This record gives sequence, C-alpha cells and structure tokens, in this order.
Amino acid sequence: MDIHEYQAKEILTEYGVKIADGGLAYSPEDAVQRAREIGGSIWAVKAQIHSGARGKAGGIKLCRSYDDVAKAAEELLGKRLVTHQTGPAGKVCGRLYVEAGTDIAKELYFCLLVDRSSERIVMVGSAQGGMDIEELAQTNPEAITKIYIEPSVGLQDFQARAMAFALGLPVSMINTAVKTINGCYRALRDNDANMLEINPLVVTGKEDLLALDCKMGFDDNALFRRHRIAELRDKTQEDPREMAAADRGLSYVGLDGDIGCMINGAGLAMATMDMIKLAGGEPANFLDVGGGASPERTEKAFRLVLADKNVKAMLVNIFAGINRCDWIAEGVVHAVKKIDMKIPLIVRLSGTNVEEGRRIIAESGLPIITAETLAEAAEKAVQARNEVVAREG
Amino acid sequence: MAILINENTRIIVQGFTGKIGSFHAQDMINYGSKVVGGITPGKGGQSHLGLPVFNTVKQAVDQVGAEASIVFVPPAFAADSIMEAADAGIKYCVAITDGIPTQDMMKVKNFLRRFSEDERMILTGPNCAGTISPGRSMLGIMPGHIYMQGNVGIVGRSGTLGYEAADQLKRLGIGVSTSVGIGGDPINGSSHRDILEHFERDPETKVVLMIGEIGGPQEVEAGMFAKEHMTKPLVSYIAGLTAPEGRRMGHAGAIISAAGESAAEKVAMLKDLGVTVAPTPSAMGETVASVLAKLA
Repeated sequence: MDIHEYQAKEILTEYGVKIADGGLAYSPEDAVQRAREIGGSIWAVKAQIHSGARGKAGGIKLCRSYDDVAKAAEELLGKRLVTHQTGPAGKVCGRLYVEAGTDIAKELYFCLLVDRSSERIVMVGSAQGGMDIEELAQTNPEAITKIYIEPSVGLQDFQARAMAFALGLPVSMINTAVKTINGCYRALRDNDANMLEINPLVVTGKEDLLALDCKMGFDDNALFRRHRIAELRDKTQEDPREMAAADRGLSYVGLDGDIGCMINGAGLAMATMDMIKLAGGEPANFLDVGGGASPERTEKAFRLVLADKNVKAMLVNIFAGINRCDWIAEGVVHAVKKIDMKIPLIVRLSGTNVEEGRRIIAESGLPIITAETLAEAAEKAVQARNEVVAREG
Repeated sequence: MAILINENTRIIVQGFTGKIGSFHAQDMINYGSKVVGGITPGKGGQSHLGLPVFNTVKQAVDQVGAEASIVFVPPAFAADSIMEAADAGIKYCVAITDGIPTQDMMKVKNFLRRFSEDERMILTGPNCAGTISPGRSMLGIMPGHIYMQGNVGIVGRSGTLGYEAADQLKRLGIGVSTSVGIGGDPINGSSHRDILEHFERDPETKVVLMIGEIGGPQEVEAGMFAKEHMTKPLVSYIAGLTAPEGRRMGHAGAIISAAGESAAEKVAMLKDLGVTVAPTPSAMGETVASVLAKLA
C-alpha cells in the first residue's frame, strides 16, 4: 500500500526527521491560507498523487505570491497527472501540499527498502540527488552506496555514519545525518514499511538536512497490525475495480485486453494470461478467485470481470485442489443464469471431481464452450473473441 | 528416495484443531502420510482425528518423534510457530499460511541462521501448497491423486500451476519424485536454488522442472547454480509474460520492481545459462518429456 507525500512526512517528523513547513489543502482558498500560515515569499504547491516523478509531469509549482498559489492550486486540483509510474491512465490530484520554499545548497538521494536477495533491509544513498535513481544506477553506478542492515540487530551508528560520509556531507553535519538516517530506519521498521525513499534529501544553506520529498510503501500483509497506516489508504488513488475486488476478497488487476479471466491461483492465472497472448489474444484482467470458491464468490468474480465493458469473451480456468470442480461448475452455471451473460464463455476444469464438474456444465443446457487442456482453452477463447469482433464489424 | 519427505517421515500439524488444519490433516492421513499428532497450545493431552494433541512442538518431538511439521497457523502467529518448530528440532517444516508480514519472515530467516547448517531446519513456504513425494507422503494441501510417482523433480512458486505441470506429466505417463512448493512470498524459507541442491543429490530424480514467475532474483540464481553445479538437466517455465511492470499479480512477491525481474528477461537469462525453457505453460510436460528422452 502506498501513501501520500504529506502523510509520509507526518510520519517522518515523529521520528525526528526534519521537513520544511507545510500544510494540506483541498481548495485554492485552503492553499492560500496555508501559504499565509507558513509565511515567507516562496512556496511549492505540490500535487498529492501516489507516484514519484511528479515534477516532470507538472505536478509541482513554485509560487512567489498568494495569487500564484491560488492559480497553481486551481490548476492542479482535479487534474489527471501522468508519470511513468502511474501508467497511461494517470492519477487524479485531489489534495495539495503547500510547502515553504527551501534554500537548497545540495540535493542527495536516500532510500531504505526490503531487499529480497539478501533478505535484509538495504540502505541506498547517493550524493547525486534529485534525479531518477534507476537512471543513475545505469549511467554511474559508482555514485550509489548500498549498506545492508541486519533487521534483528537494527541499524548501527557506524552504518549511518558510513552513509553520511558517502553522501559527501561535511564533518559538521555528520551527527545531524546520523539522527536523520536513524529516524528513517525506525519509521520503516516500526510501521512495517517495505520502502522509504527521500528524493531529494536536501542540505540547506544553513547546514540543515531536510526531507524535501518522501515516498513510503507498506507491506499489505502487515496492515492487520498497523491500523493507523491502514487508515491512510486513499482509495481515489487506486483502481476502483481492484478496490472492489479486494473488498470481496478477490485478487484482481485490470489490463488493456478484451478476454476476461477467472482462474484459481496466482501462478496459474499468470500462465493462462500468457497462453491467451501466445494464442493471439490479450487478457483483460488478472483474477485469482483463490481456494474455496463458493457459488457466491464465483458470481462476484463474474460480475467483476464483466463490469469491464471491453470484455468480448470470458475464460474460466480452474485446477481444483482444495476447490472441487463440481462446486465450481455449479457456481459457474448459477452465475451465468443469474447475470444473463451475453458474451461467449469458455470453461476448462481440471483436478478434483472433474468428471462431475464437466457433467454439470454439459447438462446445464447453457451455451458454454468447454476445453480439456490449457492450450485448448486459450485457443477457443481467442477464437470466440475473434468471432464476436467479426460480428460487431 | 525422493527429497525432504518419504513414507517414514513422522509429521505433526501446527494449528491442528482448527478448521483448515483438521481438513488437510485428514487429507494427508488419507493419502498415507505418517501423521503422528498435532500442536494446539492449550489443548495438549486431548485427542484429535485419533491422534495426540500437544501444547508445544518440543513435546511432540520428544514423545512421538516428530521430524516434519506443517503450519496452518494464522498470519499474525505463523512466524512464531515456525521458529518454535526450528527450536524444537524439527528437520523440515512447510508453512502453508498466506499473509505473513515480510518483517516477520526476515526474523524467521535470521533465527534459522543461528543453527549450524546440519542442525538447521529446512523451511519451505510460506504461502505455498506444500511438498509431495507421490505414493509416499504428502505434506501439503494439493490434490494428491494428480501426481504419479516417477523421476521428475518439480519446484515452483505457485500451487495450481504446479498441479497443471504434474497433470501434463501424468498425461504423458511421466511421474514425479518430489514436488516442492516454495511459495509466492518475497522472502521465503527455501529458494529455487536451495531445492535444486536437494534434487541434484537425489539419485531418483533425473530431471528437474522449475516453475518460476515474475519478481525477485531467485530463478536466475537457480539457473546459475544449475550451470555450475548440476549434472541433471533443468527445465523451466516463467509465468507472467503479460504482467505489467509495478503491479502485484496476486502473490505478494509477484511484482516487477527492478531490472531483470520480468518474465521475458528471466527467460532470456535462463536460456543463456543453458536451461531448457518451455515455450508455453501448456508445453511444460512435453518439454520435460523431450529432455528425458535425450537422457535415455
């Protein structure tokens, strides 16, 4: 789960990490009010969307008057911002963060994340902040320092010092940096975050260290014990279909194709989507119905897939282990009748009680296309989709 | 032979008396697995499914000689149960539980490193379907009847895609020595590579099928291990060709977040390492068959 910059910064301040003065705004009037409260003569008005690289997408505006602030807010609120992280659909800005302008002497990069390879927390830093870290890793990998932290022991001061020196900070700032780095580590650990990125971390003219941006991502599996974090979820930033699926206990990812899918198990779901592609089609979604798919659950899954108006044909592929094919077949027949499905449906059942499942489908009298193997299922789905497209002209 | 479990492996069930634990314990017993009891703290001394219930894993090890365990404990308490098993001297543990926090798994891995290598419990999972040595023992939640006994080792992240592979093999008359699910989580007990090491040592296994997916470095690490240390051929399939970058595909660990983590990149790297890659998920069986045929 991702959160907004302002929320991440609020967490950081609780751990002693300094940020610039700022406040949240939902309207141009709010924004001007925040700017007045902050004082000074230069402000940054920042779109709050779940994505990095907002600056390049025009989501951050520097303002030198209250009028400018109002204008920037007017422009950004409700605007759809597209970055390389949001995908082509972009994300709509519904909140602004108004921040005091900062006297920047130097921009640094700092990040903590769960490293799957070492199974530890890795701390990544670079004296060259403000730019895309992946680009830097390609063009100048020596400019990046990585330090591994053993989570059961925690971050040690010598590691924080090593990072501070690697960031090129003067001796006079090392203690400040150690405090900041320690604060970031505790913020990550205490909240079950799996990523905390500050880009840029800035050195001010007065030799202070400020987190000018902050992105935090959290472990979905740990939200059950991080109620406060779970409450920070901003549903407007997530795909409404995926949210609806999650609320029903289904795992769904919307895609651009037109063959809808309902499959049990994430691996088989990905493999089935691959098979559709190899057969010449494009999957409309990833959908894992999981184990124990009751008729109610199957119906919900059908409704979710068919809510996507692009879907021209639907493929159900179930390899029953805990599930039983006869339950699934009953669920499918029930769903098709109840929903009054208009597009072709291809069903492939395998595993526990498969004969019984196939019999239920065959005896239902419904125009369901059946398949025995994965390849056959994908080919029939693509064929059915092509026929629908041809009919529609 | 087979790896990790056989007909003599003495099994206990952690989270024994719960609904899910009971259901699968009965299924394992029906398959012929040697289940010798279970753990539910506070219910020690009772009997469940005709088997003794213990308060602690240590008691089960001492009193009924438990060697392997399967964990059905809910996510919030699962890491604790896994560490209890390791501490009690269990040799092999399968964690079925889906949804264990990543930081908890990091703790588990660190806890396991305290033991010397020959005393360290082997853990597979979490978030997996378990392990089966067909015809001998099932320590998992898979439909046992789809597996035929034979010479192909299977290691995979996904449950149902592993079933698909076993089914394809069975249709071709090919059996499985052991099938191991390593689970869909970002940090897991054993990697693909760890399991390959076991298969390489098993005289019964002739070919290994590795079923991978997008996200993380483990498939390529396993490919490197196979190139340098394995005499047996490795066949692979990587799921997620159509998965977009940065989106989690069901499994907590199935997300392309760095270079080299997409299916296409993994396939290219595995091919470079000499691994035979099945071109489609429906060709896993045929590809294994063709590699087996070359051995004969």
